[in-house]
Amino acid sequence: MSFPTDLKYTQDHEWLRAQGANWRVGITQFAVDQLGDITLIDLPKEGDLVTKGQRFGTIESVKSVSDLYAPVSGKVVAINTGLKDAPESVNTEPYGKGWMIEIEPTEKVELDELLAPDAYTAHVAAQ
Amino acid sequence: MERRRTPLWDAHKQLGARLIDFGGWDMPVSYPAGTIKEHQACRTAVGLFDVSHMGEAYIRGANAREQVERLTTNAVASAPVGKAVYTLLCRPDAGVIDDCIFYKRSDTEFFVILNASNRMKDVDWFREHVQGGCDVVDVSDETALIAVQGPKAVAMVDALGDGTMAGMPSFTFKDTTVAGIEVMAARTGYTGEDGFELACANVDAAALWAALHAAALPLGGLAVGLGARDSLRLESKLPLYGNDLDDDHTPLEAGLGWAVKLDGREFFGAPRLREQKATGITRQLVGFTIDAATRAIARHGYAVVDKSVSDTPIGVVTSGGPGISVQGSIGLAYVPTSHAKAGTTLTIDCRGKEIAATVVAGKFYKRS
Repeated sequence: MSFPTDLKYTQDHEWLRAQGANWRVGITQFAVDQLGDITLIDLPKEGDLVTKGQRFGTIESVKSVSDLYAPVSGKVVAINTGLKDAPESVNTEPYGKGWMIEIEPTEKVELDELLAPDAYTAHVAAQ
Repeated sequence: MERRRTPLWDAHKQLGARLIDFGGWDMPVSYPAGTIKEHQACRTAVGLFDVSHMGEAYIRGANAREQVERLTTNAVASAPVGKAVYTLLCRPDAGVIDDCIFYKRSDTEFFVILNASNRMKDVDWFREHVQGGCDVVDVSDETALIAVQGPKAVAMVDALGDGTMAGMPSFTFKDTTVAGIEVMAARTGYTGEDGFELACANVDAAALWAALHAAALPLGGLAVGLGARDSLRLESKLPLYGNDLDDDHTPLEAGLGWAVKLDGREFFGAPRLREQKATGITRQLVGFTIDAATRAIARHGYAVVDKSVSDTPIGVVTSGGPGISVQGSIGLAYVPTSHAKAGTTLTIDCRGKEIAATVVAGKFYKRS
């Protein structure tokens, strides 16, 4: 399985894309394949503070519910409101229309701990 | 430990199925179409299911009829030859050992299909309790089972079959051939749709599957994984052993009184069931829906709470998921009978959020 080379990743199968000073967050194709058809996504509100490693939302597929963990600490500056009526966007376009939130990081050092594409690919291969 | 494979494992791999560990079996949870499309294909056209992991056994002997009578809550033994009968197997305390379908081949031969996870337990229990030289023959390892379900299933199978299968009433079976392969065909299923379940020898399973799959595709049919099998059965309020049925609950509490025939019969659990029928049950399995606007799903194990009654949970969700052919989300829960009336609002603790659900009577999905 290969992953976009312009993104950063976490061991929890989330991706991050730099949007100016903010970071857009979604889940990877690997996570999508594990979950199957996604039916509900519960996201925080704009302005909420999230802490790295803490739950910021939940994602429900037909079969299961999973937590979404904040990849970095910071303030939620945008949420993808389109997922409310079209959660299947995460299945069809996990790196595009299926994005979830944007975070303005408060702990810049945490960005250095994110995985590069090759490191994430190796992480998935080891699963 | 190596996961067990059904004779159709190669076919699933070729179709690109996602295989998961299901009770020690390597089974397709979904195919590339995905659970929702597979579910819809079964509701609108035809779905093919590999359920070869299920157990199959014969109970044979001169006294088989008397023995089966003692083992089953429903009137299996006295059924006409050729009839398939859903029944519970109960312990003396009326806890459910398994739910299964018996097929009456004659007064001296009964066939039974068992839940995969309970096969060993059930066969041991049969062997422990049959008397007088009755044989219990476990043929699970030689037998494959393919379910063909959906509004187009019956005509499709009959076209491959003997041309008379469409005339078979619901819950009957017969030995016949489909695509030239010897099968035991039963007009039964676990989806709420019409269709057949076809049992055949392991060696014939791949050819039967291939013929059915080739016939299903032009009709808009799909191979269906365990994910949609679960969502289909839940919408039709068909219980799942291990979730909605277990040895801590009786058939009456599970709302399966229709499969408990007490009049003039003696079987394991009958005295306790008579007593419970006389005194009344205190808890029961109910269906509930959660409004689509609430955007929540109550799943297996979530607590039903009522702080006005108790600080501890009053009940528990046994199955739950998103409705696919119905709006909102749906589920089953054991609740006190005081909370079981249709229209009652239940409060369910969904991972820390208190969610309102409404008790509903009957199936969530009824086929038109």
